[in-house]
Amino acid sequence: MGMATESQFHVLAVDDSLIDRKLIEKLLKISSFQVTTVDSGTKALEFLGLHEHDQSKPSTLTISPNNHQEVEVNLIITDYCMPGMTGYDLLKKIKESSSLRNIPVVIMSSENVPSRISRCLEEGAEEFFLKPVRLADVNRLRPHMMKTKLKDPIQEKLEKHEDIDDETEKPELQSQEQQEQQQHQQQQQQPQQQQQQSQQQQLSSSNKRKTLEEGLSPDRTRPRYNGIATVV
Amino acid sequence: MEVGQMQRRLIEYTKSLFMEGILDDQFLQLQQLQDESNPDFVVEVVSLFFQDAEKLLNDITRALDLQSVDFPKVDAHVHQLKGSSASVGAQRVKNGCIAFRNFCEEQNVDGSLRCLQQIKQEYYHVKNKLEALFRLEQQIVAAGGSVPMMELSF
Repeated sequence: MGMATESQFHVLAVDDSLIDRKLIEKLLKISSFQVTTVDSGTKALEFLGLHEHDQSKPSTLTISPNNHQEVEVNLIITDYCMPGMTGYDLLKKIKESSSLRNIPVVIMSSENVPSRISRCLEEGAEEFFLKPVRLADVNRLRPHMMKTKLKDPIQEKLEKHEDIDDETEKPELQSQEQQEQQQHQQQQQQPQQQQQQSQQQQLSSSNKRKTLEEGLSPDRTRPRYNGIATVV
Repeated sequence: MEVGQMQRRLIEYTKSLFMEGILDDQFLQLQQLQDESNPDFVVEVVSLFFQDAEKLLNDITRALDLQSVDFPKVDAHVHQLKGSSASVGAQRVKNGCIAFRNFCEEQNVDGSLRCLQQIKQEYYHVKNKLEALFRLEQQIVAAGGSVPMMELSF
């Protein structure tokens, strides 16, 4: 890994459709995110280091200490409708896991089903995007990642130092320093942002409703839904 | 044909595809995502669409040929085709799929067969048009010109 990717946010994208994986990968890369794509919820959990020990008891999930922490995932964006484990199932498994629940999850779906949208948001999804996903949607991801990055910067620093002990490559050290500088700046801004966060939490239920209404509003500004009006 | 003439032709041709509702602005989104790091992005994604659509159309045809039709299965294929066509902006195929899914819900064999024929027609129509569009782009590049970018809101 070179320096350029060091400070990037890492997004795990889950979609069973190859076309849509290509699309979301491109959208995320163009937005300067580091991207990993997988074609199922099961593979997503594997990538995150979450394994099911007993198939009959879905609650017995553990994190394999070896796999986890090797790859930091800052956000998961998943399709809703997939064979086997749906995006909703994946969301629930992530939110049930003590080590993964802080990772923001965004759901994508081609269908505008209000009950589905509210179910996902209630289960802890940050956003619900209608497919096809566009650049304007992807631009809304960064704030969710900033939130988790800021949640526990000290703990994160400690983990990073451990990483350095293992791999003492100079370019990585340099970028680590840069990151720490950034984190330091972020820490200084923290009190204000924490305040904002708590305000956001208070508002979150109404925000969710707003998302829902936006999804339902007939006069949305996204022209592709006005199938009749061809804008040429 | 000189380059400028070909470029104007490409713009007119692309516009006509939007006017006729064959493509919607998702196709422009794809074009917008194409950059120097991946100059064949649109062609790659559209080729995937061709492969996917042809496989699904075959699957649907076979499923509807059976004595007792497994409608949930047909519906799953149509749902997939709807997603793929929406992702490349093949609007008329996508709209055909929406109508098709209603017949699946009703378990209506005749209606489903009619829809399948219509979707096949729309699919081969958009395929021909897109292939012609890509050929024109290639001719422009071969003649040393650059492919004109369509405006997102025109």
